[in-house]
Formats: sequence, C-alpha cells, structure tokens
Amino acid sequence: MLRNINIGQYIARDSIIHKLDARIKIIITILMITALFFIDSFKGYFLFLLAVLFIIYLSQISFMRIIRGLRPVLFLVLLTLILHIFFTRGGEVIWQWRFITIEKNGLITGLFMVSRILLLIMFTSLLTLTTSPLQLTDGIESLLRPLKRFGIPASELAMMMTIALRFIPTLLEEADKIMKAQMARGADFESGNIIRRSKNLIPLLVPLFISAFRRADDLALAMESRCYHGGEGRTKLHELKVKTQDFIALFISILFSILVSFF
Amino acid sequence: MLIELKNVTHVYEHERGTRVLKNVNLEIRENEFIGLIGHTGSGKSTLAQILNGLIKPSEGNVIIDGIDITKEKVNLQRIRQKIGLVFQYPEHQLFEETVYKDIAFGPGNLELDPEDIEIRVREALELVGLNYEEFKNRSPFNLSGGQQRKVAIAGVLAMKPEVLILDEPTAGLDPQGRRQLMGLLETLYKKEGITVILISHRMEEIARLSTRVIVLCEGKVQFDDSPEKVFAEVEAIKKLSLGLPEITEILHCIKERGFDVRTDIFTIDGAVKEIVSKLRRKDIC
Ligand SMILES: Nc1ncnc2c1ncn2[C@@H]1O[C@H](COP(=O)(O)OP(=O)(O)OP(=O)(O)O)[C@@H](O)[C@H]1O
Ligand SMILES: [Mg+2]
Repeated sequence: MLRNINIGQYIARDSIIHKLDARIKIIITILMITALFFIDSFKGYFLFLLAVLFIIYLSQISFMRIIRGLRPVLFLVLLTLILHIFFTRGGEVIWQWRFITIEKNGLITGLFMVSRILLLIMFTSLLTLTTSPLQLTDGIESLLRPLKRFGIPASELAMMMTIALRFIPTLLEEADKIMKAQMARGADFESGNIIRRSKNLIPLLVPLFISAFRRADDLALAMESRCYHGGEGRTKLHELKVKTQDFIALFISILFSILVSFF
Repeated sequence: MLIELKNVTHVYEHERGTRVLKNVNLEIRENEFIGLIGHTGSGKSTLAQILNGLIKPSEGNVIIDGIDITKEKVNLQRIRQKIGLVFQYPEHQLFEETVYKDIAFGPGNLELDPEDIEIRVREALELVGLNYEEFKNRSPFNLSGGQQRKVAIAGVLAMKPEVLILDEPTAGLDPQGRRQLMGLLETLYKKEGITVILISHRMEEIARLSTRVIVLCEGKVQFDDSPEKVFAEVEAIKKLSLGLPEITEILHCIKERGFDVRTDIFTIDGAVKEIVSKLRRKDIC
C-alpha cells in the first residue's frame, strides 16, 4: 500500500524520453506546468492530456503505473472537487436541496482544479519516472549553478535532493516493516475515525523518525570518511551534454505550451 | 493441532513472477520447538509473516485452530494475539516514553483492564530477565541494544501468545546476550508450554533445543524432520549453503580420521560423553 508513490521511483527503459538531457527535461517540465496554469478551457486540458499520453507512450512506461501513482492524491483531489462544488458561488443554479446549492461556477472551477492537479502530478511523475535521481540532481545542480554568485549553494542543494530521493523508498520499506511489527502487537492502522487513526500512527512515526536520524548519522559519517567536503572541485562521472534531439524536444514543447495557453 | 499450511505459494506484488514460497505444506502442532533454516532469501521471514496473517499468501490456505485465515472477514487481531512474531531487530519498533508503556502497547490493544495489563507487563519483563521496578519507568531509548531487544521481546510476550515466532533474535547480540536469549526460549518452551518457531543462521542454536527442523530452499520445504535426521544429510545441507552445528562438524572430522563416534550429537556435553565412552571402550583412558 505504501509503495505506490512515484517520486524517486525511476523505471529504467531504453526510450527517447529517457535519453533526453535531464536539464532539458526539467526545463520542459517547468514550461509545461506553467502552461498548465494558463489553460482555462476543457479543450486545452484535453489537448494537454493528449500530449501527456503521447509522452507516456514514447517513454514505454505502462499507463497503469502512472495511474497507480495518482492514487495517493485521490483524497486531495476529491476534497478540492467537493469544496469547490459546494462553496464556490456564481453562475446558474444546477441543483438545489434545502440549504445546499450547487452552482455552475463551482462545478466548473472544481473540475478545472482537479484536471490541473491530476495533469500536474502525471507530468511531474513522468519526469521522475524517466530520469534517474542522479541525472535529475545533476540537472538541477547544473541549472542552479549560475545562481551560485548570489549565494545559493547549488551543489549542496543537489546533494540534499539526491539523498532525499534516494531515501524515500528506503523509508517506505522501513515504514512497512515497522507497521507490520506493530500490527503483530495488535495495532490497528486501518479503522477508526481520523483522530483515532492519527493517534494510532504514533507507534509507526516515532520508530520511523528514530531510524531516519540513525540513517542520517551513519550516512554523514560514511560520506565524511570518504572525504566528501561539499561541491568545490568535484568532478562528474557523467557530464551532461545537450544533443540535437534535446533541442528538438525543447522546441516542440515551447510551441506546444504557447499553443495550449491560448485555449 | 495448531497451524496448518496447505499448498501455500506467495508472490510479492511488486516482484512479479518470482515465487518466494512454492507450494508449502506444513503442520505445526502444540508444544513443538521448530528450527527454521535456509539460505538468505529462501523465504523464512515471508513464511513467518504468513503464519500470523501479516501477509496473505497469493495461493493456498492457512488454517489456525480450525479457522482459515485466508478467507475474508477473519478477526486477524485474535490470530495475531495467539501467534506472536518477533521481527528481526525488534528493538527498532520501540516508540513509547517508558518501558512500561511500550510493553503495555500490545495488551492495551487487546483492551484488557489496567490491572491485568500491569500483571502482564510485570510477568513479561521478569521472563526476559529485567527487573520490573528498575526498568518500568526508564525510556526504552536509553537502554543498551541487548536490553532494548529484551524489552521488545517482552512487548510480544505480554500478548501471551500460544505460538512464538522469532526471526533471527540473536543477530547482533554478544555471546552472553545470545545465551540469555536461548535460556529464555528454553523457559518459554519447557515451562510455559509455548510452541516456539526459531529462525536462525546459527546451527548451534537450532540444534540445541529444536525438536524439529524445517529447511527452506528457494521457497520450497527441502527437509522437515528431527534435527538428528536433518543434520545427518551432510552433503545436502552443505549444498544449500548451510552448515552443521560446530560440535557435529568436529564429530564428523573425528569420524573421518577413522575413529568411530556417533555424529548425531549437537551439544558439548553430549559430545564429551560420547568421545569418553568410546575411548573407554578402547581402553585408551
Ligand atoms: N516486502 C517485500 N517486497 C518484495 N519482495 C520481498 C519483500 N520481502 C522479501 N522479498 C523477497 O522475497 C524473498 C524472500 O525473502 P525473505 O525475507 O522471506 O528471506 P529470508 O529467508 O528471511 O532471508 P534472510 O535470511 O536474509 O532474512 C527475497 O528474494 C526477497 O527479495
Ligand atoms: Mg529474514
């Protein structure tokens, strides 16, 4: 149940999308997400969805895998939809029962927000599914490098991200194990109301934090004993290189995002 | 009879294809001491979790006291009370402010009265050899690793299980800690009448108390017999990247050198007696 989250779960494939330069992929993602926020018609969202589906097809990652990654945000999505439907006012009344009314603007804004969230998650998880965490942080580091002059510690940030991404699956596994150990002592994580349920999480969260701190300690020690001393003068095993196909991809996505923003 | 596994096969959801357990059939009866051994990745921990309903096997049935727990709507909490499971490195699951509260977590989930819980906590602590008054108010995080493990095991014992499964409980303990733990298992098995299933990579531990040894290999039950019979299969055991108890190994060496001793002995005392008696017979000493 805890394994369905996509972030940091790179799936190796030999596809065009996987081979693109990480920096270009990050820029494209930012571009597309910005464009996503300019869309204000269902036609636009549909077009965007088509683009996402096309990229999924190109990336050779199974569609179900992406859908499964959406499950954890389902609650957020439903909440957004419900809040908008019942509380955003304006437009003609679609449905009324006693004091509950649903108005057109609420429904439309709700659906807009939901499409936006789902597409956003789909697109960003495509980035992390097709780019290994290492490439990803290399990309971010390289994009942030010009900002070093303003005091932004690009390589340290990149290292922190690498580590965070690296440890998400480990922590999930750990959580799974602790959960089982507490269930063996009769703990119940699945029933009860929200307050009871969050209280029941304590036996899971405390050991999880403790183990995370222990791991952090060990890792810091291991890194220092291998002479890690920050980003200064570090060289790379794989240098990033922008190739023709990267320019083509970038060009297409700039065109697409301009086009889609007008819908 | 207590636990019965029928044609149990298990595949982890995310590792499609590889069957971690393959068609396992087992019967575990009351008051047995079972040693469960097998190379790393042979499926021992998976089997342990299937036995108390933490993992539902992909195929097959798990019947506990006549109830098939693979069916829907079974009260798994009752099952988990009956079958205690001590995970590998159980000290990593401690979470409460005091030792008392941590051990009381299990009984508390059974919704017992506070007085009953106190009795259980006291009993569990004394069983694992920690003084109740001295330890009850200490934070579990300030204890030594060995003490933490004892507290964690006490946390499972406080559930009063009829079957206790321990997954490599001695890993990472010093020799004294290991001896104490084995002593505890002996008490539980002989005095409290608890069925014990011990998973371990140390053949000495397995051989010392087990009345039955189950050998897993790549998810299949390879042997399921008395320790004497299992450890007599020297070639097969070594092929499974397992070993013999050290004492047995020594007896085998002695025998190879042409000195006829029995090789189905697992304790130092037993080996000494055997060697001395054989020497006597030959009038060497
Ligand atoms: N939560 C899990 N998800 C997916 N696969 C798993 C999981 N737990 C174990 N496995 C796989 O199942 C197989 C058996 O694992 P298991 O932990 O049962 O072995 P084991 O006999 O206990 O090994 P060890 O002696 O190292 O503890 C291994 O190949 C492992 O990779
Ligand atoms: Mg194991």
